[in-house]
Formats: sequence, structure tokens, C-alpha cells
Amino acid sequence: MADQAQLLPGTLDLLILRAVSLGPLHGYGILLRIGQISGNALLIEQGALYPGLFRLVRQGLLKATWGTSENNRRAKFYELTAAGRKRLRQETDSWNRLATAMGAALSVQPEEV
Amino acid sequence: MRLFDSLRFRIATLFRRSQLNAEMEDELHAHLQHRADDLEHSGLSRAQAERIARIEFGGYQGVKEECHEAAGGTFVESVFQDLRFAFRMLRKSPGFTVVAVGTLALAIGANAVVFAVLNALILRPIDVPQAQSLYGIERGKDKDVTESYPDYLDLRDRNRSFEDLAAYNVAPVGLDTGNNPYGAWTMEVTGNYFDALSIQPYLGRFFHGSDERGPNSVSYIVLTHAFWHAHFQDDRGVVGRVVQLNKHPFTILGVAPAEFRGTISFVFPDFWVPIVNQEQIEGTNMLNQRGSRGLLMVLGHLKAGVTPAQAASDLNSVGAYLERSYPKDDGQMTFTLMRPGLTGDWLGGPMRAFLAGLMLLAGLILLAACANLGSLFAARASDRSREIALRLALGSRPLRVLRQLFTEALLISLIGGAVGLWGSIVLLRGLSVWQPLPTAPIQIPIHPDANVYAVALLLSLASGFLFGAVPARQVLRTDPYQVIKSGSTGILGRRITLRDLLLVVQIAICAVLVTSSLVAVRGLMRSLHSNFGFEPRGAMLVETAFSMAGYSGDEALTMQKRMIDDLKTIPGVQSVGSVDRLPLYYGANDSNVFTDKTSDLRLSNAAADAMTYKISPEYFDAARTTLVMGRAFTWHDDKNAPRVAVVNQEFARRVFGSPANAIGSYFKLQDGTRTQVVAIVEDGKYAALAEAPQPAMFLPVLQSTAIDVGVVVRSNSNPQQLTAAIKTAVQKLDPGLPFTIRSWNQELGSALFPSRMATLSLGVLGVMGAMLSVTGIFGMAAYSVSKRLKELGIRMALGARPKEVLQTALGRAFKLLAIGSVAGLLLGVLASRVLASIVYQATPRDPLVLAGVVFAMSLLGLLAAWIPAQRALSVEPTMLLREE
Repeated sequence: MADQAQLLPGTLDLLILRAVSLGPLHGYGILLRIGQISGNALLIEQGALYPGLFRLVRQGLLKATWGTSENNRRAKFYELTAAGRKRLRQETDSWNRLATAMGAALSVQPEEV
Repeated sequence: MRLFDSLRFRIATLFRRSQLNAEMEDELHAHLQHRADDLEHSGLSRAQAERIARIEFGGYQGVKEECHEAAGGTFVESVFQDLRFAFRMLRKSPGFTVVAVGTLALAIGANAVVFAVLNALILRPIDVPQAQSLYGIERGKDKDVTESYPDYLDLRDRNRSFEDLAAYNVAPVGLDTGNNPYGAWTMEVTGNYFDALSIQPYLGRFFHGSDERGPNSVSYIVLTHAFWHAHFQDDRGVVGRVVQLNKHPFTILGVAPAEFRGTISFVFPDFWVPIVNQEQIEGTNMLNQRGSRGLLMVLGHLKAGVTPAQAASDLNSVGAYLERSYPKDDGQMTFTLMRPGLTGDWLGGPMRAFLAGLMLLAGLILLAACANLGSLFAARASDRSREIALRLALGSRPLRVLRQLFTEALLISLIGGAVGLWGSIVLLRGLSVWQPLPTAPIQIPIHPDANVYAVALLLSLASGFLFGAVPARQVLRTDPYQVIKSGSTGILGRRITLRDLLLVVQIAICAVLVTSSLVAVRGLMRSLHSNFGFEPRGAMLVETAFSMAGYSGDEALTMQKRMIDDLKTIPGVQSVGSVDRLPLYYGANDSNVFTDKTSDLRLSNAAADAMTYKISPEYFDAARTTLVMGRAFTWHDDKNAPRVAVVNQEFARRVFGSPANAIGSYFKLQDGTRTQVVAIVEDGKYAALAEAPQPAMFLPVLQSTAIDVGVVVRSNSNPQQLTAAIKTAVQKLDPGLPFTIRSWNQELGSALFPSRMATLSLGVLGVMGAMLSVTGIFGMAAYSVSKRLKELGIRMALGARPKEVLQTALGRAFKLLAIGSVAGLLLGVLASRVLASIVYQATPRDPLVLAGVVFAMSLLGLLAAWIPAQRALSVEPTMLLREE
């Protein structure tokens, strides 16, 4: 657990959108999915997830329906709306640009300057 | 669109509150179950798995609240939640609620009343269109508000700054509408008065400047709406009717709108009459006398773009011209502008100062109340520390707990404010119909307006925040773990310090109020028994104006002499004398006098400005004014005899150097008449009780004209019989003559009115301050006793005597009381200097006052500490020690 990275502010929403974009998920499922796709490298406090979910629903990026989970329990499933999909694309693009730029900037060698 | 959506979302959320809440519970529960499932798979028991799932999840309630917030609508919703909870808490402790609401209601009510008076008399201008540009003028360094008619005409016609200048004066007049004639009050105004103020008639029409064609040329009156309503029963046919004013026919021209009641804030005339008819109204015509500055007050609207300073310098240049052209009559013609309504600074100044002082005191009382409630609130919060700690432990954020406490404080303060405002409106309604001086058309019409409500609301909110903030630090520092473990907060010492300070401040404020009200009461008592230069006890006054029955000139003098003679024949009457204007009554007459050697009678050469009274021969006898030397007047001192005068000692000192020099010597009146001093009388009080010695002269009534008459009837007989006998005698003389009969003591009410009001208001505030102090000391003493019950029990078990127990329990409270009282007493002594200008002979250097303050404060202390002391003494050590 010690090598898990803290989330940058604002990245939780992006992670949630990405996790949900791979198929409808309930809250706990989203946590597991983020762990799975990030190779368990990102730490998300369990309690912190839900306010984020409610916020995204309110912004119209996610929609929620009640269903039955794989454990045969009643749970609320989230999926992307059209707006959510568009937002995910935009955020992914800008994140990639930022990451490329940061990566380039940090990996530059003295002789390349 | 987004805004609308979000709003709709919030409102919808609000209504779906319980559903949303249930869903949230379900969802979070599902999360915990899924996590527990996973943990169970890894080999834990179900119970263990669920426990770990809950621990991993963190503060469940906190997450729920955050979710609520993220879902929107939570703010309004949680405010409702807080309110419901606050109501429940307040209902649970009715004693605290009643004390808190009552205290605030008193304090906010007092502020609302004082502010309403301030608002009505000072902040709100007279009710005319464009009141912002309406100014009155004051003259000279004495801020005199009155001008003579010729000066007024020059000011009106020669200035370039005012749209128009109008002038007005208040006078009594005999009105006969067909039944019995009675005394009414009229405002004599210039023809352009209504036009200059842009007032439109409610009924009929108004007179105009163009109607004026010399003396007695405009025989019209305009009724006030109130007088029309009261005396003509709203009869619309009244326009055109002819009524008799002082036996002269006047036509009712119209009725003014209800909201316009003249140009003095608290003087309400019955009707307006043109000033050019002054001779018919007042019996004399002073319109052509430039030097006689009667009571004519001048006001007008500034032209657009002209500043008050520009207007003043414009008027000053007119004034300089007047001084050059009429050196005999006009001096000190410099002008300043003032807000009309309070008749300038001579009344407005002290009134503003007094009301501002009152407002300050009321504010202090509110502050004291807040301090008080703050400490009560802090005590309550610490009593509730277990509850608060529990809520914090369950994941409630400190800010949320604080908001809950604030909601409670605001709820209390708003209820208190509402109750206080209601009380003050009831009080003000009474004040509005109250006529403080029965013989004058004076009222204080105070109708709370939006300003007053706004101030009350603001004060309520501010005080709620103020005392709600006291326990804030306490809550923020609460460590739930410690509190729940040990059961009591361990930070008692420090918090008491803050509360001590508040209490000392409050006691000091109370002591200031007690001191100043005692000083005022003592001053008032002393002034009732001081030497006025006449003896009001045992004298009746018959007041009339012969002009009201149509007499003028010598006829009026003959009537006056006949009245005096008739009254003297009443059995039991010792002496009867008349004076044109009673001393210590409103509006004393004064005129400049010159030494006999002065030939250039310009104002700057005057030897003194003397109070002037026109009296009948026996006046000094009837008034019991001591004749120091010389002879009294006789009925032979008439127009054919040499001019004579009686002067007071101050006059003799100022004009002649000493009384001995004065007697038999001559001086000159304003018009140059050489007058011989035939007697010296003692000094008295003339314009105000608090005045310094004033020069005064008395002239024989037969050598001048006097229309207003106050006849002093000195007698030992029963006042009721005497009144009846006087009434019969005067009515026999002329049934058409309006008059009033009162005892001189009653009449003095007007002179004592300001000090009475000051004493009354200070007394009320003092009582309120005392009540607040009692609750403050009580709260603190009760709290400290209840917190230390265990300690007291141990002390008693170890053999402490009751005295020592009391010292432990209440010593601190009494120490604070002593510190606060001494500080307050010193401040009160300083504050009393201000009082001395309103209340005659108010001095704090009075052993009775000092003893009274000490006694009152000790009494308060005893009263407040009684119940806590009883409780401390009734401690049963065995019971207490067994309890915990």
C-alpha cells in the first residue's frame, strides 16, 4: 500500500468516468475497477468516492439505475451519458497533452537543451 | 438555463428529501456489504468482515452529509433541520428560553423606541416634496432662528440661492365657529408658504403671495386635515364658510393634506393664517418694525445646483447690506443653513445630543444583554459538551455543530427582536397621542417606518451572531475523546476569564445608568425647590389674550385693569397682578438696553440684552418677588407719567455697576426712551431653569401695550372654589373671552419638561440595566456554584463554615460586582456633566447620590446572588459524594 500515489486534485472525476466507460458499475465496483486499471497504484478513500458520484450525476455526466449485482445484492449502477462520454474524451485529451508535456519536460537531458 | 436547471434540481431535491436519503443509505449500505463480501472471501467471519468494512469506510455521517451537499439542495434542507432541532432544544429548556427572549426583547425594544424617536425627529425631514433641498436659516453666532418681517422681505427678494423663501410663526388665537369661542393655535405664514413648499390642497385652495395687499388684506384660513376632521367632522362643505378669529371674520379657503402638519416637527397648528393679518391675530402689527425679531422663522428650497455653503454666503452678502443700511436695527447679520423642523440648533442641538446619548445608552444595554446571553449560552454549550462531543465523534463537522448553535442563537434573537419590536410599537402608539404640555399644540408623532423595522431586524441578527459567537471557540476546541472519557471539560479557568470581563463591563454600564439617573432625579428634586424669583405655590394663573375677544390698544389695557380689580374682590384673594409673559414659560421676550450716555443706538453699543416683562402694579406682590429696594409701580405710572422701570440685581450690576448706583438712574430702551430705575428686585429664572443669571427689567403695563396676559391670583383658599369664582368673574367681564385657569405649579411643567423627560428615560434605562446586571450576576453565580458543587461538598465535609463556603462560591461574583460598580460610578460621574445642561442643578458631587449608587449596586448583588447562595449552603456533602 505504501507505494500507492495520492490523487491529484480533479483526477478522481476523470478516473470515475473512465472506469464507468468500460461498462455500467456500482460504487464498490468502480473502486475495484479503478484499482484494476491502475494496477492498484492509485489510492481512493472509500468514503470520498460517493460525493464524487453524486456530483457527476448532478452535472448530468452519469446516470444511475438500480439493479442487482454479481453478489446478488441490490445496488445502484452508474453509466455514462452522452455528455459524460464527450467530457471523458475532452478530459482524456487534455490529460494526455499535459502528461506528454510534463514527461517531455522532466525527461529532457542537458545535452538536448 | 443552467441556473434554472440547478435551481429546479435543488428544489426537486428538497421535496424528494426523504427518498434521496433512503437511497443514499441503501447505496452506502450496499457498498459496505460488497466490501464485507470480499473480506469474507479472504477468510474472515461475517461479523469481523462487516466491522472492518465500516472502519475502512471512515466517517459514515460525514460522507452522507458530503453526498447531500454534492447532490445539491442540502443547504436549505440542513437549515430546516437546524431550525427544527433549535426549536426542540429551546422547548426543552423553557427557563433559559424565556430569560433569553425576555432579555433581548427588552434590549431590542429599548433600541427600537429610541431609534424611532431619533428617526422621526431628526433623521426624517418634514414631509414635503423634495425635502432634501429644504433649509431653514439661522442668524448670528447665537444661532437665532427668528427674523423680523422687513428683514425677511429683504432676504427673500435679494437672495439668488433659494427658489423662494417663506416664513412662519406660531400664535394662539380665539376661534369662534358659531358656538363658544375657544383658544386655538394657528401658524401665521407668508402668502407664498404653500407654494414655496409645493404643497397641494386636499380640499378647496390655498392662498398665494399674490393675495397679499398690505395689513389685514388676506382674511383666509387653511385648515389642517386633523383639525378639519376633529372639529368639522370631515364636512366637505366647510370651504367658503366664514369663522371668527378674535372677532374678525375669516373665510375657510381649503384643507391641507393629512401628511402635511406644518413646518415644525412636533408643533401641530390647527390652521394657517396669512401673516399680513398679524394685527388681527396677535393684536399688534410688527410687520413694519425691522428691529423686532418676533418669532418669524424662515425656510425655503435651494435652487438646483446651489450648495448650502454657497447659499449661506449669498445670504451673508444680503446681511452685510442690511447691516450697512439699517445699523440701528440690524447687527450680526450672518447666516447659516439648518435642517428645518426642530426650530434650529437652540432646540435641535440639545435634542440631538440627548437623543444621541440615549441611543448610545440603549446600544450599551443591548451590548450588555448580548454579553449576558453570550455567557449563558457558553454555559449551556459547556453543559451540552457531551452532546456536542458525541456529534463530533459520530462524524459531524465542527462547522456544522457551530452552525447549529448559531441557528439557535439567531432563533432566540429573532423571537426576542419580534417581541421587543411589538412592545415598542405599542409604546410608541401611546407616545404619539400623548400631549406632553396641555396648553401647547405639541405632540410627538412617531410612527415606526421601514427604517425602524430594518434597524430592529439588524440589531436582532447582530446580537444573535454576537452572543452565538461566544461559545464558538469552546466548540472548535472540543476534543470528543477527552470529553466523553472524563465527563467534563477541563478548560474551566480560562473561559471564566472572558465571561468575567463581559460581566464587569455589564455591571459598569448598569452603574453608569444608575448613577446618572440618580443624579437626574436629585437635580430634578432640587430644582423643584429652588428659588425661581417667584413663588409658584399658592398662586393661580388666568391666561388669556384680550385680542381673542377683539380688544386692542387702550381698550385691552382697560379690560386688563377691570379684570384685576374684579378678581381682587373674590373673598380670600390676597393680591392680583398681571404679567404679559410668564417667566419660565415658552418664549421669553428680550430687548436691548443702552446706558443713558449712549447716543448711537446701534446693536453693538447695547449695554445688555434684558428679559422684558410688562407688569401691573401688584405683580411683585402676587408673584412674591422680593423687592430689594425702591418702590413698586402704581396705576399712576401711565402714559402721562415719566417712564420708569424696575430692574433685577443682575441688570443693575451689568448696566450700572451696582444696585446702589442703579436706583434713581436712567437708561435707554431700544427705541431710545429714557427710563428711570425706581426699584431693584431679586434675580430669578426667566427662560430656563438651568440658565446663568440674566438681566431682566419690568415695565409698567400702562406705559406700553400688552395683549397676552397672565394674571397671578394669590390666595389661601381652596383651589377648586377659587377656580370656580375666577371663572365666574372672568365670564361676567366678557363671555366671549377665551381663557384658561391653572395653578402656577402646573404651568411650570413646561419648564421642567426637559428634565422630567431626561429623568424618566434615564430611570427606565437604569431599571433595564439593573435587570440585566441581575441576570448576568445570577447566571455567573449559579453557574459557578453548580460547577463547583462537588468541591463545596468536600469543603463542607471537611468542616468549612457557611461563611467560608459562601466566600468560595460567590466571592468571585462579588469581586466582579465591586470592580464593575466602581468603574461605572466613576464613568457615571463623568457622564453627569453632560446631564447638567439638561437637568438643572444635576451634580454628581452629592453624598446622597454616591451612597444611593453603592446601596443600589449592593442590593442588586444580594438579589442576584440570593438563590445561588441558598443552593451553595444547602449542599449535602454525603449526597454529593455518593452521587459520583
